[in-house]
Amino acid sequence: MAEQRSPGTVPTPRRLLERLPSITVLGPFVALLLAVLFFSAQSDRFLSGQNFSLILQQVLVVGVLAIGQTLVILTGGIDLSVGFVMALGTMVMTKFAVELGLPPLLSVLCGVAVTTGFGFLNGLLITRVKLPPFIVTLGTMNIAFALTQIYSKAQTVTGLPDALLFWGNTFRLGETVITYGVVLMIALYLLVWFLLSETAPGRHLYAVGNNPEAARLMGIPTQRVLLLTYTVAGLFYGIAGWLLVSRTSVGDPNAGQTENLETITAVVLGGTSLFGGRGMILGTLLGAIIVGVFRNGLTLTGVSSVYQVLITGVLVILAVTADQLSKRRG
Amino acid sequence: MEFRPNPQRTPPPNPDLPLDQARQPVTQAKVVLEARGLVKRYGHVTALDGADFELREGEILAVIGDNGAGKSTLIKALSGAIIPDEGQIILDGKPVHFRSPLDARRYGIETVYQDLAVAPAMTIAENLFLGREILKPGLLARLLRVIDKKRMLEEATNSMKDLKIGIRSMSQAVETLSGGQRQGVAVARSAAFARHVVIMDEPTAALGVKEGNMVLELIRRVRDRGLPVIIISHNMPHVFEIADRIHIQRLGRRAAVVNPRRISMAHTVAVMTGAMSPEELSPDELAH
Repeated sequence: MAEQRSPGTVPTPRRLLERLPSITVLGPFVALLLAVLFFSAQSDRFLSGQNFSLILQQVLVVGVLAIGQTLVILTGGIDLSVGFVMALGTMVMTKFAVELGLPPLLSVLCGVAVTTGFGFLNGLLITRVKLPPFIVTLGTMNIAFALTQIYSKAQTVTGLPDALLFWGNTFRLGETVITYGVVLMIALYLLVWFLLSETAPGRHLYAVGNNPEAARLMGIPTQRVLLLTYTVAGLFYGIAGWLLVSRTSVGDPNAGQTENLETITAVVLGGTSLFGGRGMILGTLLGAIIVGVFRNGLTLTGVSSVYQVLITGVLVILAVTADQLSKRRG
Repeated sequence: MEFRPNPQRTPPPNPDLPLDQARQPVTQAKVVLEARGLVKRYGHVTALDGADFELREGEILAVIGDNGAGKSTLIKALSGAIIPDEGQIILDGKPVHFRSPLDARRYGIETVYQDLAVAPAMTIAENLFLGREILKPGLLARLLRVIDKKRMLEEATNSMKDLKIGIRSMSQAVETLSGGQRQGVAVARSAAFARHVVIMDEPTAALGVKEGNMVLELIRRVRDRGLPVIIISHNMPHVFEIADRIHIQRLGRRAAVVNPRRISMAHTVAVMTGAMSPEELSPDELAH
């Protein structure tokens, strides 16, 4: 601290080096690149626009759910209710539209309201009753699952109106067919990226995850930030539900069984720390795509789906290990 | 919130004179922050038992006291962290009532906390402006509360330069800094936003010798820019090196205010621990 330099001087090599993204930023990119190279060598069907469009469609629902999961994990929390809350939302949307005959968009709104309400409930229990997020969302996960089964009587809802299927519509970009859902997912990621990095509430979310006590002392309403985060996460679970309905054309009471771990996998692979306060939303998109690429590539090369699960598990543990090691060093 | 450097309210010390001669204790200076008869009870324990307090313009006032003397309770009352049961706090001649630290901050009292209240993964500029970011103009930007990163970076660079904290880049994460530099960030933050008073709770406790001295130098610069500083410390050499006056807290009250240029460390500690009564001190040793 002895010497003092004026800002805005010519960047020295050291300053440039400091600007290079750290390993947690580069890691997902490198992993994705390696996976793409590997599968391109293994299967000539892999490297095509159509196949990538397919991969994006396959990661669509997990991708949008993982936006909510990223927000929650950035605050240092975790949300285990992701998948089943989404499933409840899809049942409300489809049954309201088909059985109650409500206008489709109003039905969607009701479904999104239910998932947002669940997010709000998670947030209330965490901020007001001061329960740990793990326990709260484990509870609401079971509640959402049970409500889904009770409400649907375990019956699939079919014959959905077109508006519910809107995001499954496609357009052509050259030879490649792309669904509107993929465009929505990317748009949502860009929006959240902007909000997180460029607005005061976004920075407060990071601060709350990084050092809640410091954030509180600096006058940030930490409890309100947490409540808002879980509520907004619930909103994304509702949107993901609509995307799921659009993709599968049915209201499936057994949806959402594997999404909890898949969203956490995407977040962790994307370089966001489970300790909170560090990470990037666009990393989560990469993380989701990495999982999608492995699934798709292994299928194309004829590897059994059991191995896909195995490899996903290994990837998660590697990513969490990297996170833990970087925390210990810092 | 508008970010502005503090105007010079007191002339800087004459650099040609040694520090103790350059800055004679200011006897006639205006009282900035005052407390009268503060009482705070926790159940059967009386932490503050009619404590008085007085901070004058342009001074560094050290608050010392044995464990349980009520010094941290006193400081918490002054920084809004607790609400006293009885007594009055007067800021610039007007009675004030702080309900929270945020409240005290609105009145221009900034506190630097002992446990380095920074977000380590965030940049220096972000930490300086945490909770009061500079927003971009325009209706939509205001609505979304879009932050003006460029201006925050510039302002952070300026305020760190003012305090001669030689950190190269304001866009580096606080966790890349040494303990002393982190404390520098916390001090710079409070100095940049405080309009009346800076309170520092054990600012050198977690630091090595060299870094501790650096922070002391920093605290002097804050005072020389015209902000009175209250410093709580257990480190007697540091207290004697930096304080203009020393408030000795004992048994929930102010035992004496002494002049560190005249009193010995041994007498100070004796009054603090009760081995010596304040009446036994010579008038010369007391601060006026």
